[in-house]
Amino acid sequence: MSFRSPSILPGFGLTLGFATFFLSAIVLIPLAALVAKAGTMGWREFLEVLIDPRAVASYRLSFGASLLAATINAVFGFIIAWTLVRYDFPGRKLIDALIDMPFALPTAVSGIALTAVFAENGWLGQYLAPLGIKVAYTWVGIVVALTLIGLPFVVRSVQPALIEVQRDLEDAAETLGAGRFYVFRKIILPTVMPALLTGFAMALARAIGEYGSVIFIAGNLPMKTEITPLLIVIKLEQFDYTGAAALGFIMLVISFIMLLSINLLQTWGRRRLVAAGR
Amino acid sequence: MAGGPSRELLAELATRPGRDTLTSTLVKGAFITVSLLFLAAMLFAPLITVFAAAFEKGYEAYFEAFKDSDTLAAIRLTLTVAAIVVPLNTIFGIAAAWALGKFEFRGKSMLITLIDLPIAVSPVISGLIYVLLFGTQGWFGLWLQEHDISIIYAVPGIVLATLFVTFPYVARELLPLMQQLGNDEEEAAITMGAGGLMTFFHVTLPKIRWGLVYGVILCNARAMGEFGAVSVVSGHIRGLTTTMPLHVEILYNEYNFVAAFAVASLLTLLAVVTLVVKTLVEWRTGYRKR
Repeated sequence: MSFRSPSILPGFGLTLGFATFFLSAIVLIPLAALVAKAGTMGWREFLEVLIDPRAVASYRLSFGASLLAATINAVFGFIIAWTLVRYDFPGRKLIDALIDMPFALPTAVSGIALTAVFAENGWLGQYLAPLGIKVAYTWVGIVVALTLIGLPFVVRSVQPALIEVQRDLEDAAETLGAGRFYVFRKIILPTVMPALLTGFAMALARAIGEYGSVIFIAGNLPMKTEITPLLIVIKLEQFDYTGAAALGFIMLVISFIMLLSINLLQTWGRRRLVAAGR
Repeated sequence: MAGGPSRELLAELATRPGRDTLTSTLVKGAFITVSLLFLAAMLFAPLITVFAAAFEKGYEAYFEAFKDSDTLAAIRLTLTVAAIVVPLNTIFGIAAAWALGKFEFRGKSMLITLIDLPIAVSPVISGLIYVLLFGTQGWFGLWLQEHDISIIYAVPGIVLATLFVTFPYVARELLPLMQQLGNDEEEAAITMGAGGLMTFFHVTLPKIRWGLVYGVILCNARAMGEFGAVSVVSGHIRGLTTTMPLHVEILYNEYNFVAAFAVASLLTLLAVVTLVVKTLVEWRTGYRKR
């Protein structure tokens, strides 16, 4: 095969050339600068930045909170997607449209709004405080913020998969005496699984890198409520470019791995559909 | 609309025996209740809070917030940045969607992954890379200083970081649409002697216009609302390099809550308008991505 298959349509060279040029100038070369900057450090220096206790504490918080938030989203995102696909109730279309709100809402706005809601004198915070649950300015608040921004990923990933579930299979299973839960476990869950995992991975990837909505609600105490992206910002503010580049490099690698996993999950999901004859 | 049970299906379900049992009604009620409670706490309460806090001291205090010259400067800067970034990324998006959607060539899927990269990267990294290039200790830092050009802690840096963050949105919206629509009509136009531009404007553009509208408006919402990346490169110079989201942060940290939420309410309205356009586009085309 030559570089491209023949086509009579014009503009291939021009559009591909422009797109590649713009991609290189805005995305690839700047990202290469980050890798190169991290590359100027010696191994020792690089490792010292990475295993600094403050950095390690930040990874634990960033990953722990992101995993927890993505798991909460997988559960509630599935329930919401199910409700929107299977049931009709007043306001369903409005709610369906609002699911995308966290995509469209600037993160700084979700940050200050969540803080106001969950602060000790806030609408919900005032009921949680007597129970001994402090949300704002603790790690719980970070999980809440990461849950909000990750929610649309799971719902929007699971919705089309739930529509694909073959109702006749469910009905057939029920006529043969299968209980609702058995049908769910044997028919619905396997069909939806790739989409659910994709949504989970997308929510996780987004949560690990999130900055804007978290810093308002987090309290930002070193070793306690300081996420990794914030630590990078702090290093930059102290003009520690190499330290920032080292942490940034690690986060970039994690983003690559997440992106790759999401692509693999999506391919898996498509193969499942093809295998099912659709 | 896509996403929910069709009228026929619901009608059919209602007639099936054994469906309206007590258990199924209870399960349905439980699912709807859990969904609504979760969304109420996580989504609706914060949204209402933005407006409640903005109007806490009355309408006058709300509108007073917009008389501040720094707030006006922030709104102006946000509009300026969007006016530069959105057209550039739109042109890129159309070019990329044409090259990737209409042709088959080696390395295509690799290119698609690379275009998606900015979405997977942390906003902080999106700002950091430009600081490493153009900051005082960056690769071009010395050269820029000698020639008295500032990029970081100035408007060009904000534009660059915003370009990066909103880079894939138009392309991602158009690419699946172009692939789905196929090449037949364009090929027919070319065979009959139409030029490339004529074919694009008269054949392709009318077909993709709703996708384009949504891609542009999403790109715009992201451009106006970006916080992390812009925060890293802005330097937070009040009235000069603070966009609206950064100005919200400054006001909030000064405990000027009414003004902070007043500016935030504008950004929330922007998000609402974006969603309304999205929903209209979906109704119009009956098509939903993701």
